[in-house]
Amino acid sequence: MDVIQKQLLQEVADLHDIPEGAYNLRANGESVGKQSTANIEIISKTDISGIDIRIKPNTKNESVHIPVVLSESGLKETVYNDFYIGDNCDVLIVAGCGIDNCGSQDSEHDGVHRFYIGKNAKIRYVEKHYGSGSGDGKRILNPVTEVYMEEGSICEMEMVQIKGVDSTNRTTIAKLNADAKLIVHERLMTHGDQRALSVYKVELNGDGSSADVVSRSVARDNSYQKLDMCISGNAACSGHTECDSIIMDHGTILAVPSLEANSTDAALVHEAAIGKIAGDQLIKLMTLGLTETEAEEQIINGFLK
Amino acid sequence: MLQLKSISFHADSTDGKTEIIRNISLNLDKNKFIVITGPNGGGKSTLAKMIAGIVPATDGSIVFQGKEISGLSITDRAKLGIGFAFQQPVRFKGLTVLDLLRIASGKQLKIGEACEFLSEVGLCAKDYIHREINASLSGGELKRIEIATILARDVKLAIFDEPEAGIDLWSFQNLIRIFEKMRESSQERTILVISHQERILNIADEIIVLANGVIEKQGSKEQILPSIIGTKYAADVCRKLS
Repeated sequence: MDVIQKQLLQEVADLHDIPEGAYNLRANGESVGKQSTANIEIISKTDISGIDIRIKPNTKNESVHIPVVLSESGLKETVYNDFYIGDNCDVLIVAGCGIDNCGSQDSEHDGVHRFYIGKNAKIRYVEKHYGSGSGDGKRILNPVTEVYMEEGSICEMEMVQIKGVDSTNRTTIAKLNADAKLIVHERLMTHGDQRALSVYKVELNGDGSSADVVSRSVARDNSYQKLDMCISGNAACSGHTECDSIIMDHGTILAVPSLEANSTDAALVHEAAIGKIAGDQLIKLMTLGLTETEAEEQIINGFLK
Repeated sequence: MLQLKSISFHADSTDGKTEIIRNISLNLDKNKFIVITGPNGGGKSTLAKMIAGIVPATDGSIVFQGKEISGLSITDRAKLGIGFAFQQPVRFKGLTVLDLLRIASGKQLKIGEACEFLSEVGLCAKDYIHREINASLSGGELKRIEIATILARDVKLAIFDEPEAGIDLWSFQNLIRIFEKMRESSQERTILVISHQERILNIADEIIVLANGVIEKQGSKEQILPSIIGTKYAADVCRKLS
């Protein structure tokens, strides 16, 4: 890997080099390194681009890293990654994509991730998206995430896109059986003329299932965001969705949290708030010696932390 | 250390201009504990905010440690050593108590150092240091954290706008102790407090009574306190709470 690719890897996966445990590194459309472990098997798909990740039941405290870096202008790819997580597992999965586009052609990575989470298994999924490069070519990421959760499973997702992605259309679908629990923390920041669409469709199908989907976002400059978060309650379940956003400059945000109750025992709540940074907050930090710009940065960093 | 020279503040209102601060001149020396009291709406908070640069003076001049500061921003005045504790502290989603104390001190405070400031204001540091300054904190907790942000800065002029509002009796005593300790720790510092509380007035070197945007009375505690004691300008804390 070259310096740019290593830097992207650092941004999206906090990795300096080859990670420990199971991994698959993909750079400019090709797998540049792959390692399975005794409990985690990574197999390349033969019919389409992508990999299958099979995690044996009862695998605990292990991790899988599958970062993608693109540093070639004009590259477009769609990759299908399927995760089969055995019963009673407890694993960390780190994905993410970094694009550096110094050229004039658009670069695009569309990752389709499907998770089949076994009974009582627990996963923590971290996905970071990052763009850099000075070219006119756009950096485009359209991730699709599908989560199928068996009884008693837990899925915690941290989805982060802070910088440099020109256009994104994110779709996340989750279907939960009894006592399954989904926790999503999405953090999004757009700037320049960027556009971001983020759609969540969560179905709570089993008694005792629950979902907490929280998005915090900041739209700066002339950027646009649409946050569309829907939870359907089809059983005795509980769901909460929250969009909390800051707009700055000429940013635009459309927040559409929605709930669909198909069972009288479904307890569903949604919240949405959009506003500029409160003047009182800026003044307080300025009385501590920060300039207005530094105060803004601190407030946004905290908000997106 | 601070001279206010004929400062005024006018606000636009429906029936023309309302004078909030009328041509006030004032000299504050270093190493003093000064309390401003007076009726609500008399201009106390506005005057304090004018010193910190939060409210711009319409007229007049403000000189701090020999330097004209009336044209300076809030930030520049803060950097010169003016600290301001708000009557109603603001909440920040995402920022933790540690973050705020680090911003206040201007350095990467170690957790142990930050904890000392929290202990000073009577908060059990380990329970609070990583808490977000959000709606989960009560008004009283927020108020104590606000005071801790002033302690974390080495200010020359510490302004407290009704520091006792919203805190309980136990921390009221603590508050008095904090003021005394601040005084002991530096001979260069002046503390300016807006308060109606007899017990705070009682530790003042100097008391200023502000009403209708003008200074009604000004002098040493011995001169002023007897004339206002028992009035709403110098309320007894127990009576007010009951």
